[in-house]
Amino acid sequence: MGPKLKQSYHHSVTVKVNEQMGTKRGYTFIQANRAWLPKFLLLWVMVMAFLSTWIYKKMDADNKVRRKEVLSSMCDQRARMLQDQFSVSVNHVHALAILVSTFHYYKDPSAIDQETFAEYTARTAFERPLLSGVAYAERVKHSEREKFERQHGWTIKTMKREPSPIRDEYAPVIFSQETVSYIESLDMMSGEEDRENILRARATGKAVLTSPFRLLGSHHLGVVLTFPVYKSKLPPKPSVEERIEATAGYLGGAFDVESLVENLLGQLAGNQAILVNVYDITNSSDHLIMYGHQNQDGDLALLHESKLDFGDPFRKHQMICRYHQKAPTSWTALTTAFLFFVICLLVGYILYGAAIHIVKVEDDFHEMQELMVRAEAADVAKSQFLATVSHEIRTPMNGILGMLALLLDTDLSSTQRDYAQTAQVCGKALITLINEVLDRAKIEAGKLELETVPFDLRSILDDVLSLFSEKSRNKGLELAVFVSDKVPEMVMGDPGRFRQIITNLVGNSVKFTERGHIFVKVHVAENPKPKDDAKAEIRLNGGSDEGALISGSRQFNTLSGYEAADERNSWDSFQHLVTAEALRNDASEKMTVAGEASRSVTLMVSVEDTGIGIPLIAQDRVFTPFMQADSSTSRNYGGTGIGLSITKCLVELMGGHISFISRPQVGSTFSFTTVFGRCKKASHSDTKKSNAEDLPSGFRGLKAIVVDGKPVRAAVTRYHLKRLGMLVEVANNVKIAASACGKNGSSCGSKIQPDIVLVEKDSWLSGEDGCLSLRMLDLKQNGHVFKLPKMILLATNITNAELEKAKAAGFADTTIMKPLRASMVAACLQQVLGTGKSLPGKGILNGSSVLGSLLCGKRILVVDDNMVNRRVAAGALKKFGAAVECAESGKAALKLLQLPHSFDACFMDIQMPEMDGFEATRRIRMLESQANEQMNGDTNKGSGKKDKWHLPILAMTADVILATYDECLKCGMDGYVSKPFEEENLYQAVAKFFKTKPISDS
Amino acid sequence: MLGLAADRLRADMNRLLAFLFHQGILDEQFLQLQQLQDESSPNFVSEVVNIYFHESEKLLRSLRSLLMDREFSDYNKMGIHLNQFMGSSSSIGANRIRNVCVAFRAASEQNNRAGCLRALELLEHEYCFLKNKLHELFQIQQQRVLAAGVRYPMQNI
Repeated sequence: MGPKLKQSYHHSVTVKVNEQMGTKRGYTFIQANRAWLPKFLLLWVMVMAFLSTWIYKKMDADNKVRRKEVLSSMCDQRARMLQDQFSVSVNHVHALAILVSTFHYYKDPSAIDQETFAEYTARTAFERPLLSGVAYAERVKHSEREKFERQHGWTIKTMKREPSPIRDEYAPVIFSQETVSYIESLDMMSGEEDRENILRARATGKAVLTSPFRLLGSHHLGVVLTFPVYKSKLPPKPSVEERIEATAGYLGGAFDVESLVENLLGQLAGNQAILVNVYDITNSSDHLIMYGHQNQDGDLALLHESKLDFGDPFRKHQMICRYHQKAPTSWTALTTAFLFFVICLLVGYILYGAAIHIVKVEDDFHEMQELMVRAEAADVAKSQFLATVSHEIRTPMNGILGMLALLLDTDLSSTQRDYAQTAQVCGKALITLINEVLDRAKIEAGKLELETVPFDLRSILDDVLSLFSEKSRNKGLELAVFVSDKVPEMVMGDPGRFRQIITNLVGNSVKFTERGHIFVKVHVAENPKPKDDAKAEIRLNGGSDEGALISGSRQFNTLSGYEAADERNSWDSFQHLVTAEALRNDASEKMTVAGEASRSVTLMVSVEDTGIGIPLIAQDRVFTPFMQADSSTSRNYGGTGIGLSITKCLVELMGGHISFISRPQVGSTFSFTTVFGRCKKASHSDTKKSNAEDLPSGFRGLKAIVVDGKPVRAAVTRYHLKRLGMLVEVANNVKIAASACGKNGSSCGSKIQPDIVLVEKDSWLSGEDGCLSLRMLDLKQNGHVFKLPKMILLATNITNAELEKAKAAGFADTTIMKPLRASMVAACLQQVLGTGKSLPGKGILNGSSVLGSLLCGKRILVVDDNMVNRRVAAGALKKFGAAVECAESGKAALKLLQLPHSFDACFMDIQMPEMDGFEATRRIRMLESQANEQMNGDTNKGSGKKDKWHLPILAMTADVILATYDECLKCGMDGYVSKPFEEENLYQAVAKFFKTKPISDS
Repeated sequence: MLGLAADRLRADMNRLLAFLFHQGILDEQFLQLQQLQDESSPNFVSEVVNIYFHESEKLLRSLRSLLMDREFSDYNKMGIHLNQFMGSSSSIGANRIRNVCVAFRAASEQNNRAGCLRALELLEHEYCFLKNKLHELFQIQQQRVLAAGVRYPMQNI
């Protein structure tokens, strides 16, 4: 059974876990792709890097394009300007040429001489900003050389300032601007470039340029511009020969290109930024540089070429522009791209981090969930384990205890007996502990089911009290119980569990109390005053000092006079309760009507002690299992600390609530509420007999005086006497009681004539004992008194000497030892009043002797198909004196039970082949009812010997399940006993009808 | 001499009983049974146990024959037998046999033939063991009765 159960349980746990797993399938997208997250991040970074590079490139390209555009526009601008300026100069030189031809050749004599020319050119020099100077060389043929030399008075010289060698033609400079006066008389034909220039110029008749060369005088690069001057007007379309023939001289000017360009560029903005080179590219394979350095650094990657047209179709010129510096790295683009990248990186990282976080949180969540499931499973498993193990331990423990019992039966030496007894006591303690653990485990596993049967609360409380009476008496404690009259006599609930709760609490109290009292009080919970309660609690739990200070000097109105933790139990409130009840008793009819109306009743039970109390620190873990106030507690007082937690569980199962108030060194009060069902009146009378111990009714109407200085204690005594149906008066001290008696004596019982006077030991000792006894004696001697009141002393513990003294003082009748219990009081009173013999004394009897007396002489039929069981059952019943007959099947039983028969009872096995117990019982009942009908017919004739046939049939069953029990009742059985027989069980079952029978007979 | 022998027999018996209890072969029901034995029925326990043996052997035989049958299908009948066996075993307190019966019944309820066979083997084994032990016990008990009953010194065994 155990392993199977565990297995199925385990199965259920796994199912649960699986279910939990199932919920996990609801993964988020992130969770599902968790492995890809770093890759996603990498991809993102790569894409972003790519993107930012692209952005950079794009911006850079834009920049370059713009740069190039700027360069080309600048270059073109420069080229155009240069060209314009150049052509202006060329035009002017052209004009000069025309001037010379006009005024030198067409006029005779010539209107121009060196002086005029120099002046004119000097004054018009601003018109030719590009020309360093102009000069006019005349064409002189060799034949005319001498004439020419004579005319001018100087010889023709070559460029090297030597007299010119003989040539075909000469071109000596005759007019020159002052700036170039040094070339006067130099033969222009002697210079290579000039000569070529001259020849080309006179052939074309246009301005002609030389290739750049170093100019005379300045060492700047320059070109020489040459214009032909013709003697006569040329025909409209002259041939080359005609031109050559008509040539009179040449006008030339030197362009100092370098300085000119420099000037020109200087006028423009941004000349620093770019580098300008001007080339003569007439010879396409060998570019001659006109301006700028041949090997210049600068940005070689980017250049712009612009064509220059200086008006000489033979010569080609070109301008090349470059940036001075390499293109600067574009910081804007770089920064933009970089920032973009960084931002994207951060965004990516943030997303990644968030995803990782989500994954982590979800993981944690799932883990937690799993852990929770596991923890819950473990908790359940623990409870199951505890339940199983405790159960398994119980079996061998029973063996041990049984063997110890056997051992104790043998002859043992006193030491051995001592050992064995110790072992037995320990074993019993262990069993109790195991039972407690089992209880707790059962409660935790939710397996504990509460019964709902009617029971007498008062008798249970009395039982519990009697359990502890020995201990409390030894310690000198007052142990008392008080149940308010409003509490119904019978309530529906679980008596066993209620008893367990009370036993636990009272047991604890007894354990921890050395002086004072333990007081159990039960009343119906009314609407509490929460405010007052809360206030009281705060004060009581917190302010212990105040109370402790006063406690020395003050007598408290509690049961024993010691201070109690919860002052609500003291006389002030208690009196209130009692008087309220007294009032209500007058209107009791009303109350009961009102009370019956509600189905359930909530009871408030409090257990008050004046023990060591619970330390403030430990108060909040009192109900935690296995927690005691501190470790020293278990050393001093023993115990496991599981009791209170079970108590709490039980109370909560019963629909109540437990709380406590405790003050260290003052005491504790545990109070709890439970909800019980009310009993219906009908079921009342039936169950009462079996469940409650009957209190003798012989004291009904007797009058008693209780003499007690302590009102609470007096109330308790009164409560017990009232339960016996007595009328009770309370007197504060002996005097009052005596006077009451005295009055009675004189007035011959007009008022109350006490039958019994109960005197508390304390009151007796403190009061003037002589007085009372004297009065009593007086009364006796006078002989007026018809019935002397019986004197009874109430004491918790009494010494022999005191007892003697008491006897001497007139308490000859008896002494009742406390704690009071109604049944015990009844027994004592019987003894005193001498009515004991007439009343059926019960409650002393117990165990097998009772069973023997119940079964003795009865004829019992045992029906069982199993021979062994039959034999054992028969043996057991025989042992109790019954005459047993056996039947091995239902049919055989039916045969034996044909009416009339003489059997008193029948034990019937349920599981039998052919005809089972239920069926057999049904048939028996059928036979009986037939017979009864017949009898009813007979009664008319007047032969009413027996009223009815009804054979008590008890089922014997191995499994004691409620359902089986129900079925037993349904088919007409009267009860059941579990197999194998146990004495107690048998007794309980049999007692039901064998006990009730004589009563119903009588 | 006489007292010593009786003491020893008693000690032997207790030891044997303790062993049986310790092993879980018997439980407290056996003690209950012993308590039922008194002067009026001095042989009650052995009587009951003998009936038990007799019945059990019958039951075991029929169980075996049921299981050995090739077209065996009557698990129901087997269950009835087992219930009987269980009932009588728990009556005399033969705890271990009862437990085996429970397992056996579980197997038969599941129509698990192999399990049934295994359980039957175990049951037979347990039964033999119990029988031997109880015979031993009764022997000692008898000797005790003899030792207590006879007036002259009993020879030691």
